Order: sequence, then C-alpha cells, then structure tokens
Amino acid sequence: MDIKNIKKEFPIFKQKINGKPLIYLDSANSSQKPKVVIDRISHFYETEFSNVGRSVHALAVKATNSFETTRDKVQKYLNANHREEIIFTKGATEAINLVASSYGKKYINKGDEILITELEHHSNYVPWNFLRTEKGAVIKFAQVNENGDVELDEIKKLITSKTKIIAITHISNVTGAVLPITKIVDLAKEKKIPVLIDGTQGAPHSEIDMQKIGCDFYAISCHKMYGPNGLGLLYMKKKWVDDLPPYQGGGGMINEVKKDEISFADAHTKFEAGTMQTAEVVAFAESLNFIDKLGIKNIASHENEILQYGLEILKKNNSINIIGDPKERGSVLCFTLKDIHPHDIATILDDDGVAIRAGHHCCQILHDKLGIPATARASIGVYNDKEDIDKLSDAIKNCQKVFQN
Amino acid sequence: MELKELYQEIILDHGKNPRNKGKCDGFTNDAKAHNPLCGDKVHMYLKLNKDKEIEDLSFEGEGCAISLASASILTETVKGKNLSFFKKINEDFLNMIKNKKKITINSLSEDQITTITSLSGVQEFPMRVKCATMAWHTCLSAVEKK
Repeated sequence: MDIKNIKKEFPIFKQKINGKPLIYLDSANSSQKPKVVIDRISHFYETEFSNVGRSVHALAVKATNSFETTRDKVQKYLNANHREEIIFTKGATEAINLVASSYGKKYINKGDEILITELEHHSNYVPWNFLRTEKGAVIKFAQVNENGDVELDEIKKLITSKTKIIAITHISNVTGAVLPITKIVDLAKEKKIPVLIDGTQGAPHSEIDMQKIGCDFYAISCHKMYGPNGLGLLYMKKKWVDDLPPYQGGGGMINEVKKDEISFADAHTKFEAGTMQTAEVVAFAESLNFIDKLGIKNIASHENEILQYGLEILKKNNSINIIGDPKERGSVLCFTLKDIHPHDIATILDDDGVAIRAGHHCCQILHDKLGIPATARASIGVYNDKEDIDKLSDAIKNCQKVFQN
Repeated sequence: MELKELYQEIILDHGKNPRNKGKCDGFTNDAKAHNPLCGDKVHMYLKLNKDKEIEDLSFEGEGCAISLASASILTETVKGKNLSFFKKINEDFLNMIKNKKKITINSLSEDQITTITSLSGVQEFPMRVKCATMAWHTCLSAVEKK
C-alpha cells in the first residue's frame, strides 16, 4: 500500500457530493473507514457472529477468539505490559468517564484537586465536573498561552499536595498543540500523581508507546483511527486495574452473585459490563493492521506534510486567521474568515464537496478564552493530499465571493 | 437546491447589517437562547404596551448570516404590530421553514413577504434550520413570559 494512493482503499471516496468529488477534511471528528474494516464487519456477521465470553458453542468460541485477538493486538500496538490493561469502551468519552467514576469514587474527596487544561474537549472536563458537584472536588485549569500551547511550567505551577489526578489532552482538537505529555507524566510521577491522557487526537496521528509515555490512563477513540464507530478503549495501568472499583454493573463483570454479597471479576472484565461491541472490536484489529501496514510514523509524516502545505496555502489568504501557532501542531487547522461566520463557511464549502466542521468543537472553555464563539476546522487524515488543500483554498475563495455579492 | 437561494442578497444584507440590534430602551419582556451544538446565541427584547402591541423590539446575538438575518427580519416585520399578528406570522414562518408552507397572513406588503420568504431556502439545509428558527422561537418565549 502506498500512502499517495491510499484514497482508493476507502470506498466512501467513490461518491460525489453535490456533484463534486468528496474532499473529506473532518477526520478529527471521525475518520473514514477502509474497505478491509468494512469487509471485516460483514464477514464477522456473516460467518462468526455470536455473543462473546458466555456460551460454549462453536460460534461463541470463534467470536470470543476474534474479540480477544484484538485485545492482544491493541496490547502490542500500545506496547502495554499486560493484555488486562486494555479495556474496551463505547468511545474515548466513556473511557474518561470510567476513570473519573472509578478513580473518583475511591480516591477523590472534598477539596481534592483535579488538574486539567483549558484545551480540554468537554469529554475531559464534564466527567470531572461530576466529582466537583457530588464530592466537592476542585477543578483547576492550566492556562493556554497565546500560541495555543499549554506549557510544562503552567502545569507545574498548579500542582499542590491536594492534586489527585492530572487529566490532559495529548493533542488539542482546536489549536492542534501537541502537549509535552511525557514530561508532564515524569513530573507527576515525582509527586505520585496519576495522569490520564485524552488520546482522542493523539492516537490516530502519532506513535503511542505506553512504556515511553508512562501514563496511568490513556483514552482512545477507535473511530478516529479508521476503526468502527461506537468503539473506544482505555489503557489502564495494571495497578489500577487491580485496585479500582467497577464502573458499571451487569453481566460479565461479576465473579459471584448472592443475595447478600457480590464479588467482581478480575482484570479488564471488571470494567466491561454487559454485551460489548463485538463486530466493532473484531474489526478494529483490521484498522490496526491497516495502520501497521502503512506505518504510523509514515502516516504522521505524510499528514504533517499536508498540514504544513495547508498552513502555507491558507496563510496566503489575508482574510484567513489561523487559530494557534503551537510549537508542534497535530493534524488540525482551525481558522476564521473575516466577516464570515464558520457555519456559513461550512455550508458553502460543502457545496464544493469540501467537508469541514464549524462550531466550538466541544471546547467552549477554549473558545471563551480565545474570545470567538466558533471556528472552522479542517483536519487531516491519511487519505488527504495536497490537491485537497488546493480545493479547500479554492472553496474558501468561492465562499468569499458569495459574501461579496 | 442552489446555494444562491440560501445566500440571497436580502439575507446577506440583513446578515451584514442587522436591523434593531442591541437592547431596546424600556423593554418589558425578554428571552434568550443558544444552540449548544454550535454556540450561536440570541437574546430578544420586547417592549409591550397595555394594548398588547409591540412598541419596540430588538435583539442581541452572535451567529451565522442566516441566524442574524432571521432575527433582523423578524424584528423588522413585527415592530409596531400587535401580539396576535406576531403569533400568526410566527406560526406561518415556522410552517414555511419546517413544512414548506406558504405565508398566509394577508396584512403584509409584497416586499415584506419577499423578505420573509427569502429565508425559505433553509428548508433544503436541515442542519441550518435551527439557525433560522431560533430568534422566532425565542421571541415567542419572551412574549409568553409573565
């Protein structure tokens, strides 16, 4: 497989949007799916489907094996020490809620501090808010600087003896800032504070090695990694897997259930209550195969080339204001256009087949700080090329023409 | 559906130069709303007299051309009219956007009908319907506030 020619692996690009070829620049929202992943889902339903981990019949064995093979694959992909450290969830949002709930229940009390940043997506703020309202915890926000970065010193400054967890994004979905997560984890380790990393934007675009990063929790959105929708996962360090209480109760997560007492299952099973996404988990192995075949480093460098080209081209348009100028930028490019609201931009670009997102991107805290209610965002995936950027640039010019009339 | 029908001159004009923007003096009723999906905001202010007439009305808000134009057109259309007129035109407007119905109220000038109808292009853009209807829903909430 060749990255330059990768669009043909994605069936969605065969269609026209408003009579024009689809230029998909919304991968930070969700990525498109390669044919191998789509095929794996149908193949699973056609030949292997059964619920996993319960029955003993042939299909159940087949399905369970496929399901658990993905866990092994994820363990390897993340370089996690134990397969039990991989917990499937319905998304990165649920992964963070799981930690906020289970860790919060056991370790966060009145006056304890949760340290997050102003860059966080609502899914890495709102779950912590529950601990503020229910337990009287305090949420502290590390400030974003004028370039859209959060500096290590800013985190350092806010750590106190009451800090019970640091929950930060790996890559901002608005400014694109890549946070110094390894340094933050090192700092937190000195103070014995666990760190959760929201890897929603980080995982699809960079090498993620749990041994190198050293964090306690890493949340992943599988559907942004060319994987099926409705699937996420949580890497949880073994000591927490053994220590934390369950998140949800139900089938599958128990050891023994009696009228007066219930004991819970061990390992990841404790956190996977009820029937799990099955075809989705099975097919996610194909997403990882797809990424591995191309090589995540090659994907990252290809995306960076397109991103840098995008910055160069959009900067030539004097009416465009690019949001943020971080030291290192992930695959997002947020911008505003003089006198034209992002919603109008998005609708007009769509007419040219160019799919972007407009709004606050679930980051109202950050947009308040920036003093703008909404931005337009073009985000890059493996299938984007320079031609897509040229089409984006032309479509923006068309949009300006509509408003000049 | 042509994009040009959505971004007509009337809409662009009202979007760029919204009428009755700000907080009107001595308002008696107000209501605000926002769209949590996109962050658009609108705050309607009405000055009602004892004869149930809208003596003055205005709005504050931020949003796209469609939402600003819609709020602007609303204020221009119902300023100086009584509440029963407002309720009727509000119903007509929402029916036009949501059910593709024509404006039936007969006390409007042809110009006013053209202006209001300019927003009907939103029908073809389901994701933008809320942009066009938010000010109207909010104005009704302001009126119904005791």
